[in-house]
Amino acid sequence: MNSPTRPLTSTDNWPEVEAACRRILGERICQLIDEVRKDPRPESHLITVLHQVQAEFGYLGASHLDAVAQLMQIPAAKVSGVATFYHYFRLQPRGKFLVNICFGTACYVKGADRVAEKFMSELGVQLGETSKDGMFTVEACRCLGMCALAPVITVGEDVWAQVTADRVPSIIEEYIRRAKAT
Amino acid sequence: MAEDISPRKTVSVVIDGTPVRVPEGTTIMEAAEQIGISIPRLCYHPSLSIAGACRVCIVEVEGMDHYLASCHMPVWEGMRVRTNSPEIRQARRDIVELLLDNHPQDCQICERDGNCELQNLAYAMGVRERLFAGQRKRPQVDSSGHSVVRNPEKCVLCGRCVRVCAEIQGVHNLSQHGRGFTTVVAPAHYAKMDESVCIQCGQCVMVCPTAAFLEKSSTEIVWQALADPEKHVVVQTAPSIRAAIGEGFGMPPGTPATGKMITALRLLGFDAVFDTDLGADLTIVEEAHEFLIRLENGGPLPLITSCSPGWINFLEKFYPELIPHASTCKSPMSMLSTLAKTYYAERKGIDPKKIFMVAVMPCVAKKFEAARPEHRMPDGNPYTDAVLTTRELIWMIKCYGIDWARLPDGQFDPPLGLASGAGDIFGTTGGVMEATLRAATRLATGKGVDRIEFLEVRGVEGVREAYVALGERAIHVAVANGLTNAKIILDKIATGQERYHIVEIMACPGGCVGGGGQPYPPPGVPVLDKELLRQRAKALYTIDSQKTLRKSYENPAILELYENFLGVPGSPKAHELLHTSYRPRLPRGIR
Repeated sequence: MNSPTRPLTSTDNWPEVEAACRRILGERICQLIDEVRKDPRPESHLITVLHQVQAEFGYLGASHLDAVAQLMQIPAAKVSGVATFYHYFRLQPRGKFLVNICFGTACYVKGADRVAEKFMSELGVQLGETSKDGMFTVEACRCLGMCALAPVITVGEDVWAQVTADRVPSIIEEYIRRAKAT
Repeated sequence: MAEDISPRKTVSVVIDGTPVRVPEGTTIMEAAEQIGISIPRLCYHPSLSIAGACRVCIVEVEGMDHYLASCHMPVWEGMRVRTNSPEIRQARRDIVELLLDNHPQDCQICERDGNCELQNLAYAMGVRERLFAGQRKRPQVDSSGHSVVRNPEKCVLCGRCVRVCAEIQGVHNLSQHGRGFTTVVAPAHYAKMDESVCIQCGQCVMVCPTAAFLEKSSTEIVWQALADPEKHVVVQTAPSIRAAIGEGFGMPPGTPATGKMITALRLLGFDAVFDTDLGADLTIVEEAHEFLIRLENGGPLPLITSCSPGWINFLEKFYPELIPHASTCKSPMSMLSTLAKTYYAERKGIDPKKIFMVAVMPCVAKKFEAARPEHRMPDGNPYTDAVLTTRELIWMIKCYGIDWARLPDGQFDPPLGLASGAGDIFGTTGGVMEATLRAATRLATGKGVDRIEFLEVRGVEGVREAYVALGERAIHVAVANGLTNAKIILDKIATGQERYHIVEIMACPGGCVGGGGQPYPPPGVPVLDKELLRQRAKALYTIDSQKTLRKSYENPAILELYENFLGVPGSPKAHELLHTSYRPRLPRGIR
C-alpha cells in the first residue's frame, strides 16, 4: 500500500465474498475454476464451467451464476447473458417429474398443443418451467417415434398414449399420489 | 489500429465515383466521411466498439453479392463502393421499418418525441407507413430505481448501453439476455437497476437512441410542491446547468446562461434560488482542511474527491478497500441542502419541515444520493427533497410557457447564493482539482503569491497527472473522468505502484458537463462528443475568469457562515452537518 498508515480495519469485502462463493459452488467446481484461471484467457472457459455447475446442481441458480462471476472475475451480466442465451442451461431446478409433451407432426395434428395448454394452466407454468411446489417440469419435445399412439407424452420413464386435455388432471394426480406414497 | 509508428500503408478506393486515399484499416464509413458522405447509422458510435448490429449503414461494394455494413468493413485496395441508389435506400428503409415493427407507435406521448434518434432516422429514411403488424414484444418496465428507468419495449437492441457501461464506465452492468425475439437488455438475472452493480451514472440514458432508458422523473412532485402554499420551496443549481441549459432553447453549446436560468426559476415559483457553487466553495474549504490534516498525520493518502455520486457508488461496489481514501465531505449539493434546512431556516425563522429543497443537477445519480439514508435530518426527512435533471428543468420551463430568449438576467439569493469562480469550475473534469489546489496552496503556505489558474489539470482527456508545488514540496495529483479511465489510477493506488496526494474522479466523461442528466446533443452531434464537452467546460472557465472572487476561502458568504454558524473548518458542527461516511456494498462489482 502506498499510504504511509493503513487504516486499522479493512473496508475490503473481498475475503467474505470469495469465501461465500466457494461455499456455494463446492470443492469440485472451485477446483475446476482454479484450474481454468491459469489460462491467459480464463473467460473462454465460462461455458465449460456452466455445464459443470448444471451437472452438479441440476440447474443454474442466481447464486451459482454470481459465484462463478466473482471467482472467474467475469462481469455478472455477461455470465447471466450467456446462461439465458443457450436453451440447454436451465435457470430453474428440474421438478421431481419431467413431463415431455411430443410436438412431432402426428401428435401436433391430433391436439398436442391443447394438451400442453392444459398442463400449463393446471400447473401454472410456461413450457420449460417448473411448478412452484417443485413437482413437475413441463417441456415440449420432438417426435418420440410412437406416432400410432398420438398424442403421446412421457412422464419420466412412463409413456402415456392418446392423451387428451381432459385426461391431464388425473395424470397429474397419479404422480402426486406416487410421490406421497414413497 | 496499429501500434507501431511506421507510416501506415494507404489504399485507394472509389466511393460514389469519387476517389479517395486512406490509411489501411480505415472502414468504409470513415473513408466516406472524409469526402463528406455521412452514411446513415444507428448502433455505430465513434467512442464505442463496433457492433454491426443494426445494419442501417449498409452499402453496395462491387464484387460482393450482398450489402456490407460500412461501419466495420475495412477498405481494400481498389474497392468500389456505392452508398446510394434506389435499391440501397429501399433496403435501408426496410431495415428501419423492421426495427419499428417491434416498437411502440406512440411517439406523440413518448418522452423523447422530437428528440429521438430512431424518430429522426425513420424520417430521414422515408418511413411513412407501417405495412406489417405482427407480434410485438411486451416486456415489463423497471421503474423501481431512483435514477434510471428501463423500458425494454422501446429498445432496438443497438447495444450502445451495453457498450458504454462496459467500455467507458467499466461497470458492465448490462447485457443482452435470452435470444431472438425475446432478447432483452437487462442487468444480471433481470434484476432491478438499484439491486444490480449499476452505479446510476445515467450514461446509458445519454447514449440510448430511444426512450428505452430514461431518468426517473421528479417533475410531478416539484410541480406539486410549488403549488403547495404551506411549503417554502427553494432550489439550487449545479454549475453544469448554467453551461448547458441554453442548448434546450436554441443557444449555441457553451453559452453561459446563469442569469436567465435564475429568472426562469423565479417565474416557476421558487421562493429562493441558491447556488450549488457555494456548496462547492464550502466543500473546498472543508476538503482542503481535511487534506492538510492527512498530510501532517501521515494519511490515508491520496485523498480522493467525493462529490460525484456515480463515482461513490463505484467506490463502494468495485473498490471498497479504497473507501478510507475518499474525502468524508458531503457533495456540494448535499452540503447546500443541509445548510438550507439548518443555517438558512434558522436565520429566516422558517420551520425546516416546511422547506422543500429542489436540486437541479446534470446528474441522475444525484437522485440516488438524495435518497441515501445518510443524507437525512434527525427526524428522518431528507435534506434534498427532489432532484431535477437539466432536461427536466428545460421541459418545466417550456411547459410553463416562459419565453426564454426575452428573460432578463437574475441574481442568486443570499445567504446561499454567492460563490467564487472556483465553485463554478466544479462542473468540468479537473475543476474540483483546480479549486482544491487554489485553496490548498494558500492554506499550506499561509501567505504569499497564490496561483489562481492551474492549466496543467485542465482538459477533457480521460486521465491526467501532474506535480504541483505546495509550499516547499511538490504533490502528485491525478484527474480522471469516465470510470474505465479512473480504474487506471485506482489500480495504481490499490497496488501501491504510484503515490498520489490528491485524486479527482468524475464518473461521467468530461465531468459533470457530460453528466447523465444533461441535454441530448443537437442532431448530427454524437453523444459524448469531446468538442461539445469542451465547449460546455469553456463556458464554466469563462464564468470563472470573469469573476473577481475566484478562491473559495475568500468568499464572504462562506466566511460569514463559519463565523456565525460552523465555527472553523473541521469543527464538530461542520463534521456533524457536512461530513458523511461510506460502506462496502453488494453486489460486488467485477473489476
